[in-house]
Amino acid sequence: MSEVLVLVDHVDGEIKKVTFELLTAARQIGEPSAVVVGSPGTAAKLKESLAAYGAAKVYVAESDDATGYLVTPKVDVLAALVEKAAPAAVLVAATADGKEIAGRLAARTGSGLLVDAIGIENTAGSGDGAVVVAVQSIFGGAFVVKSKSNKGTPIVSVRPGGLEAEQAQGAAAEEAVDVPAADAAKSARITGQEPIVGGDRPELTEASVVVSGGRGVGSAEQFEVVEKLADAFGAAVGASRAAVDSGYYPPQFQVGQTGKTVSPQLYVALGISGAIQHRAGMQTSKTIVAVNKDAEAPIFEIADFGVVGDLFAVAPQLTEEVGKRKG
Amino acid sequence: MPNIVVLVKQVPDTYSERKLSDSDHTLDRESADAVLDEINERAVEEALLIKEAQGGEVTVLSVGPDRATEAIRKALSMGADKAVHVSDPALHGSCVLQTSKVIAAAIGKVDGVDLVIAGNEATDGRSGAVPAILAELLGYPQLTHARKVTIEGASIKVERETDEGITHLEASLPAVVSVGEKINEPRYPSFKGIMAAKKKPVETFTVADLGIDAGEVGLANASSSVLEAAPKPPRAAGQRVSDEGDGGVKIAEYLIAQKLI
Ligand SMILES: Cc1cc2nc3c(=O)[nH]c(=O)nc-3n(C[C@H](O)[C@H](O)[C@H](O)COP(=O)(O)OP(=O)(O)OC[C@H]3O[C@@H](n4cnc5c(N)ncnc54)[C@H](O)[C@@H]3O)c2cc1C
Ligand SMILES: Nc1ncnc2c1ncn2[C@@H]1O[C@H](COP(=O)(O)O)[C@@H](O)[C@H]1O
Repeated sequence: MSEVLVLVDHVDGEIKKVTFELLTAARQIGEPSAVVVGSPGTAAKLKESLAAYGAAKVYVAESDDATGYLVTPKVDVLAALVEKAAPAAVLVAATADGKEIAGRLAARTGSGLLVDAIGIENTAGSGDGAVVVAVQSIFGGAFVVKSKSNKGTPIVSVRPGGLEAEQAQGAAAEEAVDVPAADAAKSARITGQEPIVGGDRPELTEASVVVSGGRGVGSAEQFEVVEKLADAFGAAVGASRAAVDSGYYPPQFQVGQTGKTVSPQLYVALGISGAIQHRAGMQTSKTIVAVNKDAEAPIFEIADFGVVGDLFAVAPQLTEEVGKRKG
Repeated sequence: MPNIVVLVKQVPDTYSERKLSDSDHTLDRESADAVLDEINERAVEEALLIKEAQGGEVTVLSVGPDRATEAIRKALSMGADKAVHVSDPALHGSCVLQTSKVIAAAIGKVDGVDLVIAGNEATDGRSGAVPAILAELLGYPQLTHARKVTIEGASIKVERETDEGITHLEASLPAVVSVGEKINEPRYPSFKGIMAAKKKPVETFTVADLGIDAGEVGLANASSSVLEAAPKPPRAAGQRVSDEGDGGVKIAEYLIAQKLI
């Protein structure tokens, strides 16, 4: 069975859930080989969880350069592995970095680029000669598209939360590979990092419930109403662009066309009008609940359950009800 | 005095309905209103801010159908000096990689480029990869998703903001920068700017002018192709109630019935 390279998404040796989704998707095509690019000692921390999601091999590419430059070290490592292992496909997370890594890798290896897949299919059955088909959801979920690569090794970026991760036992046999020396004139050096400290809430793209607030929330202080409801559900908090632009909530929580795309079991919109660009990021949610004091707000056109009313009355009451229910 | 190229793209207005054409699954550009992508206004703004502080020249570059001249004019009316427009029927249906190759070749037509500024992600394709691919093709460092750009002589510093947090980057020029949504507020073209834009030079090229064979671009030679495309049925509105003091309870009842709590 042919190898499928999976670029492991991690922050300082802490694995991201999307890696498990990538490993699961890779098993549709062939045998997953996890590729760890990081500072020395990283792979040792990750090996166990990679094995639990079916990584047959773990390529270990560790050096100080690996984390000293933006994007290019990962491209260098993957390009060398594509040549060496002739994989059936390369899968990376469709994050800001992952999309750029995939693009550069496809350009360098003369391959087809499939962007932001929410599913992977193999139309040839598993084994050699896999035909990799990426399922994509475009224009904010208005269209579902299937596409394939026409040349080289299919390079696919896969949307975090796009598919369900499933465990499988893998040998996770380690193999060390070189990190090619960085070419300083062609690379951007990382001189400092301020990672976002994840709070206690689940990540937006991973959460099964998302509670979002819009301009109707009125101020940063009053966003507490949104947070309290989110915490009652064990949900992630999101925000509209108007709420972000008004400084009510930080930009990384923006949902919509230019923010995150979420597809939770339940999406609760508080004081959000439902502009098309906001809908583009949340309309594939399974169930949508909206609270807005304007009966004409377009969010009601897509809400499964809508309440015309003041969010400051409705949300706290719902928080209490959910609290009772959860005990 | 940096010589800056700003990459702009005309995209279907997100306020209008966007479709794929039935015949070949490419973006149906006729069916929607077309606008200069908002993120590119921010890219132009950033270039103008650098020019105002340090001098230099700002060239707008776009690869797209004839109609993209409207987007180019808008960028010129904001204050860019001149433009390059690559337009060729052979480009129809090109993939991200082919488009990037054409952009890279067109950048080569501008003398002594120090800095390329793009948007971080187009609202139509959302590939979020063109700036990085250009860096790959041109052999320039990439400083993407910038929320702050500082140029000192031949070196550039960028604060990059993504979901992971903030990364401080440093590189030497020439370089590729892409800007994020929070970098600046783009200016409105003034009346004077709009009038002046009409006289600014726009150089147009075909792919052959760029030394690229028409057979290398377009749908038939794209690195990937769409096998099938299906519109999703639009969502229908569900129940709606007015809050009579029990709105929260009503939602809870609905969620219980749906087994969501
Ligand atoms: C290129 C482009 C990209 C964009 N990308 C995004 C994006 O990624 N995400 C995004 O969200 N937007 C995006 N937008 C902006 C979008 O068009 C809207 O402006 C934005 O979504 C509006 O946010 P809002 O609903 O919070 O604010 P508003 O439209 O101002 O709506 C506020 C709502 O709150 C209601 N309200 C007020 N007070 C209360 C109360 N006490 N109780 C209940 N309801 C109340 C009002 O009735 C109103 O409906 C984009 C726009 C463009 C042009
Ligand atoms: N056809 C094009 N012509 C000019 N610039 C483009 C084109 N396509 C993409 N770009 C630039 O690349 C950025 C990112 O686009 P993308 O990688 O397609 O999401 C855009 O905001 C533009 O600045």
